[in-house]
Amino acid sequence: MLARMKRPLSGVRTLRSRQSWSTFMIAVAWLCAGLAAALLALIVLYAIRRGAAALNLQFFTHLPLPVGIAGGGVANALIGSVEIVLMASLFAMPVGIFAGIYLGLLGRGKLAYSVRFLSDVLTGVPSIAIGVFAYTIIVVPTRHFSAISAAVALAIIMLPIVVRTTEEAVRLVPAAIPEGALALGIPTYKAILLVTVPVARAGIVTGALLSVARVAGESAPLLFTAFGSSFWSPNPNTPTSALPLLIFQYANSPYRDWQQLAWGGALSLIVLIFAINITARLMFRRMAVR
Amino acid sequence: MIAGRTLSAEKTLQTEHLTAYYGSVCALKDVSMRFEAGAITALIGPSGCGKSTLLRCLNRMHEIIPGTRVEGEVRLDGKNLYDPAINATEMRQRIGMVFQRPNPFPTMSIVDNVLAGVRLTNKLRDRTQLQELAEQSLRKAALWDEVKDQLHRSGTSLSGGQQQRLCIARALAVEPEVLLMDEPASSLDPISTTKIEDLMRELKGDYTFVIVTHNMQQAARVSDYTGFLLAEESTPGHLIEFGTSSKIFTTPKDKRTEDYITGRFG
Repeated sequence: MLARMKRPLSGVRTLRSRQSWSTFMIAVAWLCAGLAAALLALIVLYAIRRGAAALNLQFFTHLPLPVGIAGGGVANALIGSVEIVLMASLFAMPVGIFAGIYLGLLGRGKLAYSVRFLSDVLTGVPSIAIGVFAYTIIVVPTRHFSAISAAVALAIIMLPIVVRTTEEAVRLVPAAIPEGALALGIPTYKAILLVTVPVARAGIVTGALLSVARVAGESAPLLFTAFGSSFWSPNPNTPTSALPLLIFQYANSPYRDWQQLAWGGALSLIVLIFAINITARLMFRRMAVR
Repeated sequence: MIAGRTLSAEKTLQTEHLTAYYGSVCALKDVSMRFEAGAITALIGPSGCGKSTLLRCLNRMHEIIPGTRVEGEVRLDGKNLYDPAINATEMRQRIGMVFQRPNPFPTMSIVDNVLAGVRLTNKLRDRTQLQELAEQSLRKAALWDEVKDQLHRSGTSLSGGQQQRLCIARALAVEPEVLLMDEPASSLDPISTTKIEDLMRELKGDYTFVIVTHNMQQAARVSDYTGFLLAEESTPGHLIEFGTSSKIFTTPKDKRTEDYITGRFG
């Protein structure tokens, strides 16, 4: 087979040999696709096998209990995760969406180029470094860990994702749309925000949701910021628990109960992120223009 | 609201030594011409002769492309539209534009498309007045009968010819004095083309039309005046000849005009 492959494409190869080569390559493609899907399936199945036992009403409604006492839950970590991610979205989305609109529709020249470049660089900064950054600018001056500092760290991770997906989405809108609006005497800002951007709404919302899915499972930046807690922490200015932190801490512990909780947490996190991804796809289909 | 008005002569649009650039490339050089109020003026010429650029200079749509520049003047009411004191956005409510490809706003219904101009400029808020305006504009654009039962469907659900008439209705709804049409029928079938030509004839008198077209039969059929533009070697697009359409298409003075209208080039 390999020897045949090295021959020039034209000439001697028969239809039959080309057909069998094609069949072989299609099989290889199937195999690779299957492998990719199988890895995901393995992780999910394993998490279900180990974690499902931990899931019960108490798991979702109770605080963690001290070692040795059976039961307990991760309710504070669930709420903490949601709280931190919501705050991060609140910080990152307005800035990210407007920056994306600027880059996609208005930005030209050096400023736009720099913003685009820096945003790409930001995508590549390790999340732990962003955690250290949030630690330095918020935790150190305030002298305590907090949900807010964690939200800032996650917002920084979300920002470039939101910027670039928004930019791509608005860029796909044909230039004839804003031109048509301007030709009616509609002011530029309205032509952009009320006529052009709505055409791109599906892409913008999908990008925003995918950025949420991306940060919901981040643990490294939370180590220096949210820090974790065994209690309810309704005040966002205090140390707060979060699912990834809980998984990290409990999975490292030598106690079976806690390890069990960690598996349950991992499973809930997977399900949560999976749900966000599905929602993003459904929203895209629903909101897509035309 | 404006039915039956006649445009007075001082509403004539005119250019004075208009020159336009894309970056360092000059696309249009020293064009001085008049667009008679209430008449239809056609701009003809081969591709790249600057006729679309000229059209886009008339309501300052040229300048929204980055790196472009305009010299000279465009006057309406005797006022230079390029005067720094003139607000381009407000001015475009007086000089509307219809594009080559129909571009209804895809997120809006038919009626919202028609009313977009007045709503988004806060010119009109009253619901009954808005409804009246929508109907009036759609009637003028000869689209009312076809869409009156589906006003809340998406504008993009219409056929190409209907979409273009929707865009005309949308442009008419802001009650401009001048309507610039950039090859408005080039992407349409012959029946839709006829409809658009008919409605232009119907509406002239109330509106000044400037139409760019590749189609010389169309220019001859529909326009009162015709300007022929040409870009020649080493010379950017400029006005070769201007006159009544009957003259231009029967007894052109310039050899190049004659060659073009007889189909010898372009």
